[in-house]
Amino acid sequence: MIEINNLTKKFGKTTALRKVNLTLTSGTCVGLIGPNACGKTTLIKNILSMVVPTEGEIFFDGKNIHGDVFYKNNIGYMPQIGRYPENMSVRQVLQMIKNIRNHQGTEDKELFEAFEMEKIADKKMRTLSGGTTQKVSATLAFLFDPPVLILDEPTAGLDPIASEILRVKIIKEREKGKLILITSHLLSELDDLLTNIVFMQESVVVFNKTMEDLFAETGENRVSRAIHKLLKTEVLS
Amino acid sequence: MKGITTFIIKDILKNRIVILYTLILCGFSWSIFSLEDNVSKGILSLLNIILLIVPLVSVIFANIYMYNSTEFIELLVSQPVKRSSIWYAMFTGLAVALNAAFLIGIGIPVLLFIHPLTALVVILAGVLLTTIFVSVAMLCFILMRDKAKGIGLSIMLWLFLSLMYDGLVLFFMFQFADYPIEKIMVLLTAINPVDLARIQVLLQIDVAALMGYTGAIFKKLFGTQTGYFTSFIFMLVWIVVPYFFSLRLFKNKDL
Repeated sequence: MIEINNLTKKFGKTTALRKVNLTLTSGTCVGLIGPNACGKTTLIKNILSMVVPTEGEIFFDGKNIHGDVFYKNNIGYMPQIGRYPENMSVRQVLQMIKNIRNHQGTEDKELFEAFEMEKIADKKMRTLSGGTTQKVSATLAFLFDPPVLILDEPTAGLDPIASEILRVKIIKEREKGKLILITSHLLSELDDLLTNIVFMQESVVVFNKTMEDLFAETGENRVSRAIHKLLKTEVLS
Repeated sequence: MKGITTFIIKDILKNRIVILYTLILCGFSWSIFSLEDNVSKGILSLLNIILLIVPLVSVIFANIYMYNSTEFIELLVSQPVKRSSIWYAMFTGLAVALNAAFLIGIGIPVLLFIHPLTALVVILAGVLLTTIFVSVAMLCFILMRDKAKGIGLSIMLWLFLSLMYDGLVLFFMFQFADYPIEKIMVLLTAINPVDLARIQVLLQIDVAALMGYTGAIFKKLFGTQTGYFTSFIFMLVWIVVPYFFSLRLFKNKDL
C-alpha cells in the first residue's frame, strides 16, 4: 500500500530521517514507536507530503506521490496537535473538508456521535480545549471511511472514556482490512491494537517486526517489556 | 478550489478592520469631493490616499492575514488539495476582498464626481496597487517564518517604494542635474509601481506641465497609448513576479 524507498529528510544541518526503507501493507495495524525526536512525525508528514523529502521516494498504491495530491483522498490523518482556523466553528471545519475532498458515498458518523460532537458543533475552534480539538481531529480522520488511517499520538490529551472509544474504533477499522499507522509513546495501550511494530531511533528504522515475531524472540507478551528486552540485548550484543 | 476562495473572501469581508478601512476610504473620498469645487485639486488630495494608505493597508493586512492563516494552510496541505491551488485561493481571496473595499470606498465616489476616463485611470491605479501589495505581502510571508520579521519586512518594502524611493531618485537627480539624465529618470520611475500610478493619475489632470522638462518627457512617454500600455505591463510584472516567486517557495516549504 505504502512503500518508502531510501527516504532522507534534512532540516538545515539536522537530519530527521536517514535512508528509511519501509513497506506498509493493507490489513495491518502498524505501531511506529521510538523516543522523542527520532523522526516519527517527520516520516508521517513525508507520507502526507507536508514536508518535501531531501532524497528518496514514497509510493502509494504503486504510484509516486511526488506531485500528486489525489492519493490523499485515501488517507485519514489525525495530527499530533490539531491546528485549525480559530474563528471557524466545528461544523464549518467539517463542512469545508467535506467540500474539499468531494467525498461521494457514505460518511462514517460513528465517532461524531460517540464523541457527542453535535453538542459542540457550533462552537468556535479557538474556544475548544486540547482534548476536544483532538476529538475533532479523530472525527475528521475517520469521517470519510478512508482505506489508510494515519494517527499521530491519537490518545494524547484524550480522557480515558474518549481514548477507549477511539481504541474500539481503531480495532473495528483494522478488522475491515485497512492500513492503520499509529505513533505513540504509551506502549501499554498498544497491546491488542497492533499487528506490526516499527521501531525508530535517531532518524533510522531499527527494526520492523510482526508482533508474533517480537513476542517469540523476546519471550514476553507485552509490547513495552518486549521492546525493552530487545533494546537491552541489542545494546549488549 | 472555488470553495476555499469564497470562504476566504467571506472571511475577510466580515473582518472588522476591512469594514473600517472601507468606511474610512468612503469618508475621505466623499468629503474631498463635497468640499472641493475644483475636481483636479480633489483628485490630487485623493491621490495621496491612493498612493500611501491603500498600499499600506493592503500590505499589512494581507501579511497579517497570511500569518493568521498558518493553521488553515497546514490543514489544507494535509488534505487532497494542490499547493498551487491553496496559494492561488489565498491570493485571489485577499486581492478580491481588499479590492472590493477599495472599489466601494473610492471607486464609487470617483465614478460619480469626475470624468469617466480619468476615473478609470484612478480606479485602475488603486486596484493595481492593492493587488501588487497583496502579492508583495505574500512574498514577505513566505520569506520570513517569524511573524514580527515578516510584518517588518513588508512595512520596510512599503516605506521604500512609497517614500524612500522618491527621495533617492530626487537626490540622484540633483547630483546629476548637469547631465542628460531624463531617460534614466524615466526608467527609474518605471521600475517603481507607486511612481507609475502617480504619474498616470497626474497626467490625467494636466499638472504635468508644472513638472518642467522632466514632466514634458513623462507626458511624451507615458501619456501616449503605448505609454499607458507599458505602465500597465510594468505594474502587472509587479503582481506576477512576486506571486510566482512566492509560489515556488511555498511548493517546497516544510509545514
